[in-house]
Amino acid sequence: MTVNTAKYTATQDLVDLYNGNLAMWEKDSPEWMNAARKEAVEHFQKLGIPSSRNENYKYTDLRKWFQADYNVYPTYVERDMEMRELFKCNVPEMDTALVLTANGWYSHKNKAIALPEGVIMGSLAEIAQSNPEVISEYYNQLADNTNDPLAALNTMLAKDGIVFYVPNNVVVEQPIQIINMLQSHEDAFATQRNLFIIGRNAEAKIIFCDHTMSGHRFLANNLTEIFVGENATFDFYNLQNQHNESGNLTSTYVKQAASSTFNSNVATLHGGLVRNNLIVRLAGEGAEANLSGMSLADGKQHIDNFLSINHEVGRCNSNQLYKNVLDDRSSGAFTGKIHVQRDAQQTNAFQRNANVLASEKAKMNTKPQLVIDANDVKCSHGATVGRIDEDALFYLKSRGINDKEARLMLMLAFTHEVIQNIRVESLRDRLDDLVEKRFRGEISKCHNCAYRCG
Amino acid sequence: MSEQDKILNEVTQNEYKYGFTTDIETDTLPKGLNEDIVRKISELKGEPEFMLEFRLDAYRKWKEMEMPEWAYLKIPPIDYQDIIYYAAPKQQAKYESMDEVDPELLETFNKLGIPLEEQKHLAGVAVDAVMDSVSVKTTFKDTLAEKGIIFCSFSEAVQEHPDLIQKYLGSVVPTNDNYFAALNSAVFSDGSFVYIPKGVRCPMELSTYFRINAANTGQFERTLIVADDDSYVSYLEGCTAPMRDENQLHAAIVEIVTMDRAEVKYSTVQNWYPGDKNGVGGIYNFVTKRGICKGESSKISWTQVETGSAITWKYPSCILMGNNSSSEFYSVAVTNNHQQADTGTKMIHIGKNTKSLIISKGISAGKSENAYRGLVKVVPKAENARNFSQCDSLLLGDTCGAHTFPYIEVGNKSSVVEHEATTSKIGEDQIFYCNQRGISTEDAIGMIVNGYAREVLNQLPMEFAVEAQKLLQISLEGSVG
Repeated sequence: MTVNTAKYTATQDLVDLYNGNLAMWEKDSPEWMNAARKEAVEHFQKLGIPSSRNENYKYTDLRKWFQADYNVYPTYVERDMEMRELFKCNVPEMDTALVLTANGWYSHKNKAIALPEGVIMGSLAEIAQSNPEVISEYYNQLADNTNDPLAALNTMLAKDGIVFYVPNNVVVEQPIQIINMLQSHEDAFATQRNLFIIGRNAEAKIIFCDHTMSGHRFLANNLTEIFVGENATFDFYNLQNQHNESGNLTSTYVKQAASSTFNSNVATLHGGLVRNNLIVRLAGEGAEANLSGMSLADGKQHIDNFLSINHEVGRCNSNQLYKNVLDDRSSGAFTGKIHVQRDAQQTNAFQRNANVLASEKAKMNTKPQLVIDANDVKCSHGATVGRIDEDALFYLKSRGINDKEARLMLMLAFTHEVIQNIRVESLRDRLDDLVEKRFRGEISKCHNCAYRCG
Repeated sequence: MSEQDKILNEVTQNEYKYGFTTDIETDTLPKGLNEDIVRKISELKGEPEFMLEFRLDAYRKWKEMEMPEWAYLKIPPIDYQDIIYYAAPKQQAKYESMDEVDPELLETFNKLGIPLEEQKHLAGVAVDAVMDSVSVKTTFKDTLAEKGIIFCSFSEAVQEHPDLIQKYLGSVVPTNDNYFAALNSAVFSDGSFVYIPKGVRCPMELSTYFRINAANTGQFERTLIVADDDSYVSYLEGCTAPMRDENQLHAAIVEIVTMDRAEVKYSTVQNWYPGDKNGVGGIYNFVTKRGICKGESSKISWTQVETGSAITWKYPSCILMGNNSSSEFYSVAVTNNHQQADTGTKMIHIGKNTKSLIISKGISAGKSENAYRGLVKVVPKAENARNFSQCDSLLLGDTCGAHTFPYIEVGNKSSVVEHEATTSKIGEDQIFYCNQRGISTEDAIGMIVNGYAREVLNQLPMEFAVEAQKLLQISLEGSVG
């Protein structure tokens, strides 16, 4: 077992870390993965760790998050994790198949889960060796390594992650819960690369739970590529609950074929720095994307959701609904770019971003954008930043509900609008419950979540 | 329309290439920009020392800066050393009488309802020495002087009111604000200066357009408006008639300062030559406009109708510094053929209980690109700030683009900021309804567009509004079908 404990501070250090240990990064990876690495390293070197000078990262300067001395793991390291803890993270009464990753690696402790015939769920590193034909033509086809430094960095360092393949006409009834855990006895930088391929007329649901299991500083840079086949439906939910010393960078690239549906929801309950990039390409007529998210932030948290929805062809629909509640000195950012390309006629694209500032020092920056190059479209966006509606508060108080409780009720109602989009009932209930606890201050530190969430 | 374009093209492009009269040799400086040129400009204008320092400082900063690239515009490279930065603002008449002017151009003037004398001036016809406007000018100058209002050219102001200029010049748009502002600060030729004393309500709308001798202030224009306590002024810039101009690059600056309870209403109609149907030629209009509500309960209102220019880069902004101050921004931007516009506003809330309102209507046709770009910023101490923005876009063709880039930065809990934007096209049912009642498709579109822009047009001073309505229709001619 080799653990590379090389430490780095900046772009060049990361590049050196890669170039200096080339054999280690390329080891056990097929040629096509390594070819992608070679290209990505050049892009990353050119782009550098994003600072606020990069328009897409205007409100989220990542440089300081890359300053710490993290440890990097180019090979699998067995982690001691009590399965009992994992089950505590589980959503009760939900019949899910459970899969675990640790610091970006598919855990060797995972047991095979029962899935319909032909469905593949497993480790990227392993499947790249055993069934390369399933994934080689999809891998790295969506990630924008040329323009996005986080994508390039991921492609450069990616060794493992989850592969989920659903063949044509197969419906996976049972939602699959993937727990992405960060656990280490030292500060760590994790890279995880996922690839989901949903075949024609297929259906599946995946729930990501991002957790930290120890109190060290973490920085995770995860990238997921999702192909949704013709007439397929894919639900992708992400529950982010990490401690406030951790940075969670996720990039999700989605390409939708004709008449497909993609539903996504990201709920951020905790996390020091959260940056979610969600890039959706509506590439077939009649495709629909429903994207929602909400976050609750306090302390000095910073939460940034960056979306880019590209209507490449006509007759597609997209909806965005993102909400943030910001307390203490926390800050939030939102970018929701809708790009309707030339001739993508009869497009419907809607976007809403609503934010509540709950304290004097909280801050919100929002950039809802429309770039429209076709004329037969219905597009709108709305963004608001404000406080709790005083009239509504008064109404509740006049009915004998005390101030604190009334505020809580209004906050819950505010966030519930997002949560109700989740199509897994037990997860929805669970999230409502977690949000309430979060507002009541009953969940404070997430690395202890196994003991407090339940 | 193409015929008219051609004529406009001829009128706007082919004349005055070397047409400055040089009564005195030194009135035209050689091409290019360097410290000597800047010194020379200041010397020619007989400016005091502080002005020279201001210009040199701006020039040195400009040299260090790079042309901004963030706008959603494709700007062809500009050779800043190939521009004459100072020339005597005198022009030679092109035609001896109205009969020589192209009838198509005259028709456009008539459609807009422009008086004959003005038509002559705009078309470049030699005007009589005793022209109506001259007397108009003198009469209203007297009225203004009675009230203590200063309204004069910038050069005049530098000579006669250097204290005011020194105090306010660059106080809203600093020399290093942006690339074009720095360039303007270094080489600006002339412009207007307005000072409204305490408690005075300006009895008439002030307009650069009336000040005919100063109308041709060249490509680097500078306007400074100072409204002292409890005063009010409405200021008009530009005109609806197609303006010919020999300069491709325009980089103007407008600065407005309002003191306690003062109000300034600034209206612009911009209709510079937009280039021909194929996107050849046309003016680059890179303008920095900013006001500061310095005093409490003061107000600045921007209204703009932008139909001309090949490329527009313009963000009339307001810094809401005084408590209870407010600002409004109303804009209609029309782009047709190959025009590009990146325009919008910035509202910076600093004082308590400040309010801002943004209404922006973009209309794109042909192969044009029309973008709204705006910033609403609420600093942490701006208690109870309030903003509402609405940015609508109308697309009249399938090859044009309409874009919205709002930035909202809120750092105060008690403030409320709302932004709304929609993009749509004119409904076929609406056109059908008009057709059915005997209104041609072109007229129907004109009506619908005017209805769409009404909210903004209503803000314009009366006589301007009427012209602006017609202008909208003319700008979109030929965009249907």
